[in-house]
Amino acid sequence: MSIDIEQFHSVFFDESDEHLDDMEQLLMSLDVDSPEPEELNSIFRAAHSIKGGSGIFGFDALMNLTHVMENLLDKARNNELSVTADIVNVLLETLDVLKDTLNAYRDETEIPQEGIDERIKILNNVINGQSTELTPDGTDKEGSLSTQTESAKDDSFGFFEDEPSEASSATDDGFGFFDEEPVHNQSSESSEAEDDGFGFFDDVSDNRELQDSETTQSSPQADEGFGFFDDEETPSNLVESQAEKSEAGKAESQGFGFFEDVPSARHINTAVNTTNDQQRQSAKTSQNSATTSNGVKAPQTGAGSTPATAKKKTKPSAKKSTARESASIRVDTTKIDAMVNLVGELVITQSMLSMIGQDVDGQVGERLQLAIDELQRNTREIQESVMSMRMLPLTATFNRFPRLVRDLAGKLGKQVELVLQGGSTEIDKSLIEKIVDPLTHLVRNSIDHGIEIPEKRTAAGKPEKGTVILSAEQKGGSIIISIIDDGGGLHRDKILDKARSNGLTVSDDMPDSEVWQLIFQPGFSTAEAITDVSGRGVGMDVVRRNIESIGGRIDIESSAGEGSAFFIHLPLTLAIVDGMCVSVGKQIFVVPLLNIIESFQPTKQQLKTLGNDTVLYIRDQYWPLVPLYDFMEVEDAALSPTEGIVVLLESSKKRFGILVDALVGQQQVVIKSLEEHYRKVAGIAGATIMGDGKVALIIDADSIATTYTSGQIEELLS
Amino acid sequence: MSETALHQAVTGGQDKEYLSFVLGDEHYALDITTVKEIRGYEQVTKIANAPAFIKGVINLRGDIVPIVDLRIKFNVGEATYNDFTIVIMLNIQERIVGIVVDGVSDVIRLSEEQVLPPPEFGVAFDSRYLHGLADVDENMVILVNIESLITSEELGLVAPDSVNDDA
Repeated sequence: MSIDIEQFHSVFFDESDEHLDDMEQLLMSLDVDSPEPEELNSIFRAAHSIKGGSGIFGFDALMNLTHVMENLLDKARNNELSVTADIVNVLLETLDVLKDTLNAYRDETEIPQEGIDERIKILNNVINGQSTELTPDGTDKEGSLSTQTESAKDDSFGFFEDEPSEASSATDDGFGFFDEEPVHNQSSESSEAEDDGFGFFDDVSDNRELQDSETTQSSPQADEGFGFFDDEETPSNLVESQAEKSEAGKAESQGFGFFEDVPSARHINTAVNTTNDQQRQSAKTSQNSATTSNGVKAPQTGAGSTPATAKKKTKPSAKKSTARESASIRVDTTKIDAMVNLVGELVITQSMLSMIGQDVDGQVGERLQLAIDELQRNTREIQESVMSMRMLPLTATFNRFPRLVRDLAGKLGKQVELVLQGGSTEIDKSLIEKIVDPLTHLVRNSIDHGIEIPEKRTAAGKPEKGTVILSAEQKGGSIIISIIDDGGGLHRDKILDKARSNGLTVSDDMPDSEVWQLIFQPGFSTAEAITDVSGRGVGMDVVRRNIESIGGRIDIESSAGEGSAFFIHLPLTLAIVDGMCVSVGKQIFVVPLLNIIESFQPTKQQLKTLGNDTVLYIRDQYWPLVPLYDFMEVEDAALSPTEGIVVLLESSKKRFGILVDALVGQQQVVIKSLEEHYRKVAGIAGATIMGDGKVALIIDADSIATTYTSGQIEELLS
Repeated sequence: MSETALHQAVTGGQDKEYLSFVLGDEHYALDITTVKEIRGYEQVTKIANAPAFIKGVINLRGDIVPIVDLRIKFNVGEATYNDFTIVIMLNIQERIVGIVVDGVSDVIRLSEEQVLPPPEFGVAFDSRYLHGLADVDENMVILVNIESLITSEELGLVAPDSVNDDA
């Protein structure tokens, strides 16, 4: 019975990513002058967890570097080393190297060994600057933890889970990695477990004192049981009586086949009766050992007394570790998507039922109606909760920006303060993934082109330090993410010049809003247009395209000398759209609310003819009018505009009106793909299923604007 | 076609089962392994800019499925729709397509020897979609290669570039 350890790699990589992000975030928020001990502890724990994991999986380069980093952090949190801004910088740079290394392991590419060695050297210098006590560890090239004292410390690899302050038994069992001793388990009340999610690499360290006291005895025992460190000092006089104790370890090393050649385990082999239920066995034996081995051997005496001492010391650590409470499980998104679909079906079935229910009379009808009402309420709640499973707060996305801003501002010699607001706003997971790049680009732009250098700002009577506000809020059915800076604003003249040199037709008296839209033109690199700082690959046209591809749009407000603001409007989710149902002939179409400006019944005065086409004169503008019956080839529709309703639409490209027969009502609809079984259809974004089970098509305003051709209207649109 | 292959292995020979159906006065049959279900005709939602034989889309338990009227496509019979009009739901290359027929007759089992080649010329029916002809109870049954028909560019059910993706 052996388990392929590689299946745990991806979990380790994910976890390490999270730990690295945590560390970065904590380092960024660290107040250098008076660092919070708990923050330093958290950073230490994160580094420690990565080290533990990389040790288990044999990612030596990663382990060596985190090991040195951990030493430094350990000194810092024990007040043996005062943290300075320089040290924070060094640590941040180390994080970058760690990320590269992690990715190298993940992608199975070459390990950036030079960078690692250099980092280790720098970190050791930092450590040496204050004391030399731990230097040998740091420079230990192999990172092999071969001395007894080291292994005692590095018992904090956490592999053995013998730390009673961890309450993660449930998760541990899931992996079957470590059987905790039940005695310990009872004593644990700490919420620390959440820290680790999977309990893979439980950090042992939130109480250093505790660890030290414990590891003195637990590490030799651990070494014997697992032979993990291949410790040459493994006592050869291991005796049978101890085998009982080590059986727990033995059972595991057999069960998982983690470590080849476990010398000490071989000793014990004789004493082990391999049982089918090794886990239970090991749990039982370890309990036995904890309770019965007192006085047999010196190390075991220690072990026996561990629970008692540990129990006492658990309490303070339990109080400390309230930082993160969110217990979570990882679920494949396809499973959630399938559920979203099913709930969509449920909603439809439910509305079919209520339609049928209306036709049932009498007492039965009344009772049916009650039951249907109940069903309706339950369905709505299920729908909401399923939808919320896909929603994630933007915090994680936002948290990457302080670092980016800091680095970029430093590079550009600017002083920028980033203000994050509304990070708790929740948004669909698939949207989050797609919004990161555009946001990064916009924030970079704000710092690069928006915020001026300090001298310029002082000259303009502004504070030296520029402010960039990144905020998110939910407004109705959409999320608005805004990037606001108090920099110089967009340069109208430069944009117009650039537009002219790009061969675009522009005039000097264009309204601002139209001028700003010009920067979204392809090839309109803001870098070239506004400053000489080189662009970063994606242009604003890509930003807009990305945002539009997820059903959003972007608006700009800017005022010369005062700053600029970018507003990204996003739908709450990709799966559901707020729509206005309109009827054309006998067919129902859904128009996304996001596109609708207004709807009204046109008067004769508002309708003008241009050649054979009708155009609309409203809001002091001429609007193209697309009769939907014509575009969608629907029969029996109202042909005259004055008999119907005009819905004014705004897409990213064009503004126009569509003519429909009537407005039916506003509702949320579940978007279904038309392409899954058919193909893409011009003017149609997708389909949805209405309450009566019929299919309604969802209008794609952009696509209508670009595909509808009718002589003069085309000219007007272009 | 792995399903078909599997089917052959199970039946232990060259025999294949076909679902026969009627269009106008003609008898057709298609590989039964592609059939998902058979249901009555229901109101469709029309799609703009589609050829006449694509009637529109319906909701098949949450999937938006296109409906093709083979009577219009093959130009046989009259495209009338009443309570007896049948839609055969096909599952082809992970897509679901419904075809409208006048009626479903039978499941027939044919060996390869029973499948005869069509005349070499004088037939307008596109040979790409014709698997062969067979004589069943004095009736000529036209065996349609339904997979190549449904995925054909001519039918336009599948966007040209996605045909390759699916294949």
